[in-house]
Amino acid sequence: MTLHPILAALKKHKAGVILITLQIALTLAIVCNAVFIISQRVDRIHRPTGLDEANLFQVNQLWVNAPTGNDQASIDKLDAMQRADVEILRQLPDVESAVAINSLPLSGNNWSGGIRLKPDQKTSTAHASFYFGGWQMVHVLGLQLIAGRDFTATDQRHRGFREKTVPPVVIVSKALADALFPNGDAVGKSIYMNNDVPPSTIIGVVARMQTPTIASWAKDFAFNTILIPARMDANFSGYAVRAKPGRLEAAMREAPRALFAANPMRVIETSGDYEDRTVHSFAEIRAYAYRADRGMAILMGVICVILLCVTGAGIVGLTSFWVGQRRKQIGIRRALGATQRDILRYFQTENLLIAGAGVVLGAILAVGLNLWLMKQFAMDRMSLAYVLVGILVLLLLGQGAVFAPARRASKVSPVEATRSV
Amino acid sequence: MFAYYLDLALRSLKRNPALTALMILTIGFGVAASMTTWSVFRAVSGDPIPWKSSKLYVPQVDMWGPGAKRTGPGSSDEGPPDQLDYPDAIALMRDHRAKLQSAMYQISPSVVPQQPGKHPLNVGGEAVYSEFFPMLDVPFKYGSGWSADADASRAQVVVISDVFNRKIFGGGDSVGKTMNIDGHDYRVVGVLDHFNPQPRFYDIINTGGNGFAAEAQDVFLPFQTAIAAEMAANGNTSCYKSPEQPGFAGFLQSSCIWISYMVQLDSAADAQRFREYLEGFARQHHPDWAPSVNLLDLPHWLEHEHVVPPDTKISLYVALGLLLVCLVNVAGLLLAKFMRRASEIGVRRALGASRREIYTQFLIEAGMVGLAGGALGLVLTGIGISGVGWVLPRDIAALARLDWSLLLTTLIVAIVATMLAGLYPTMRAAAVQPAWQLKSN
Repeated sequence: MTLHPILAALKKHKAGVILITLQIALTLAIVCNAVFIISQRVDRIHRPTGLDEANLFQVNQLWVNAPTGNDQASIDKLDAMQRADVEILRQLPDVESAVAINSLPLSGNNWSGGIRLKPDQKTSTAHASFYFGGWQMVHVLGLQLIAGRDFTATDQRHRGFREKTVPPVVIVSKALADALFPNGDAVGKSIYMNNDVPPSTIIGVVARMQTPTIASWAKDFAFNTILIPARMDANFSGYAVRAKPGRLEAAMREAPRALFAANPMRVIETSGDYEDRTVHSFAEIRAYAYRADRGMAILMGVICVILLCVTGAGIVGLTSFWVGQRRKQIGIRRALGATQRDILRYFQTENLLIAGAGVVLGAILAVGLNLWLMKQFAMDRMSLAYVLVGILVLLLLGQGAVFAPARRASKVSPVEATRSV
Repeated sequence: MFAYYLDLALRSLKRNPALTALMILTIGFGVAASMTTWSVFRAVSGDPIPWKSSKLYVPQVDMWGPGAKRTGPGSSDEGPPDQLDYPDAIALMRDHRAKLQSAMYQISPSVVPQQPGKHPLNVGGEAVYSEFFPMLDVPFKYGSGWSADADASRAQVVVISDVFNRKIFGGGDSVGKTMNIDGHDYRVVGVLDHFNPQPRFYDIINTGGNGFAAEAQDVFLPFQTAIAAEMAANGNTSCYKSPEQPGFAGFLQSSCIWISYMVQLDSAADAQRFREYLEGFARQHHPDWAPSVNLLDLPHWLEHEHVVPPDTKISLYVALGLLLVCLVNVAGLLLAKFMRRASEIGVRRALGASRREIYTQFLIEAGMVGLAGGALGLVLTGIGISGVGWVLPRDIAALARLDWSLLLTTLIVAIVATMLAGLYPTMRAAAVQPAWQLKSN
């Protein structure tokens, strides 16, 4: 079968052919980029924090009429209240372990600062988020220690919220260790946090721990974190609690009740929307943190589905029309000896030609759109694999859409040739 | 004649119900997708105080000096930081150079309900100066803001939101009642009418995400009263250096930035004078480096803070792309449909119909498809907007509303777009040569 008659026929419908080609091209360009956005968001949503997230929950609370925290006596008082809370949480029947910690990955409450290797260094070597808490942090959060040692009870300190106290020892995440000491010998080295002196010594490295914020301004240090074995003493406190396996819900109910029983003059919200509540399972924290990414992925998915449906239906509609228009010619061809298969092939080849032109143009548009998005929205470069898969999908969509009308065309009886329009 | 064309169009559309349905569905989906994303975009990019935004300015002063690396929300390595430290904010307030001005910071005190047995609750609020209320045209239901004297004397007074008034006092005129905030008694001097501007333009940086908050702030306290009560800043605090001295007093003396500031300047000349004053201020208070100051009006400030989330823009562009594809699709279908009727057009032309009449007839047909597509689009937009809360964060999704202007825009976009799509097919239809058509039959 030669292409010549098909091309000749297409020339008769120049405008229609151009429109459908353009439609396929635009569809390819948009779908490729939308799917690329989806895959990026899905990757982001599934980034591990480094924590053992199952059975973990966070309790934040605020004391009413708490000591000011401005002098040592009131700081000590706040610390005693905090230790008492942790003790209550540990005693609960459904709780495996608990620790005071000022924030958790993804929770949004970020405290970060510059890290220097020398005291007089002008600009910092790296930026990192700080976690202040009990010495059992590594254990309770399920972090993986890959070098050095864990904290012990003797490392424990506590500090007022607005005090400038430097912890003697810290544990850092591998990402931060690599940023500060590319040779992989971070353990035992000294670092200066926030221009403070004296320095702190790195005693251990954990494989991975994310910062509390996923905001775009913090993306350059997303996994640079420092664990500081010092409880933060203020009129508010936060606890990470690990429930016994399968007892998460029960533990989340028990915890506020037990804390209120010990001291009712505090704020713990357990009902309402996520923003209102101060007790969250880690699964909720994760879902909330990535809600915008999840939404964007769904939105792009919906748009892709609509686009492919519209284009598919458009091809069906247009081809049906052409078939209807050419019934007489098809009849003549059949009368002259063309088989049903020949007619089917004719329309399939015609669609392949149109879709082929469409995807070539579309591939160029897709890359162009990606470049524009990179420039406007600091998006990443799209791998060409997306375009190749997109081309394949659209060619298949075209063939799928053309099949029914083409089959109908092939069923046209040769007798049509004798009928007038 | 119009009625006749309508009749012709209806007949023609009825002849190919599947094709007509396809066109209507295409238009409906295309319009609904773009209108839904548009409603979100419109909500986040709107001017929160259109009658006054050009008179409101945000001053910035560089208190850290060159070389200080800024990493924080809304911060860039260029220009002065986006917030003020306490010493600068207080000095600006003391100079009092603008017509109206207020330093402010976000607080989150606890309120102890009067009813026994109720747990204390946490409320969101803002510590502001008295001029905050007239400057932002804050609406009051009962009472008013406090006086400048109350600012100076650190009076224990509070302005509460209408929602909070209902929650705590059961509604009504609560002016004069007392409320226990963080363990101290405050006298209610005003109850706001609905006041929850989006974005929360007066304190963008301290409002999570991009400055949009689902819930209104519940309490407004005098700035100096909150400072005296040592209420912690609940928003963003950035420190270039740790405070030298301990405690709240040390924090106040430090160069940590945590305060937002807004001024009202009525004319460009006033703004220019204030800018000059600000440079002098920087020279006087930070003599160790060249003055680096900035004074942006509200629209530019919102832009500077990237209030419109990039995702919202991308969604809008992608949805517009979808609409474009839908239009190309409809154009192709209309073209095929119209050209198939070439012989009919030939007959009509031969019987005396002018080109213009053919034009009108086919554009009306396209317009009818657009109208039907628009009607479907309305329904789908309604579904889209109610479903947007499922997809987008609550604080943003809550802003997307279906109102008359959106309904009207949806219909107009659908009809105009379809007629645009029908323009070329119609042109081709009108160009049909009657003689040729008659001959070929």
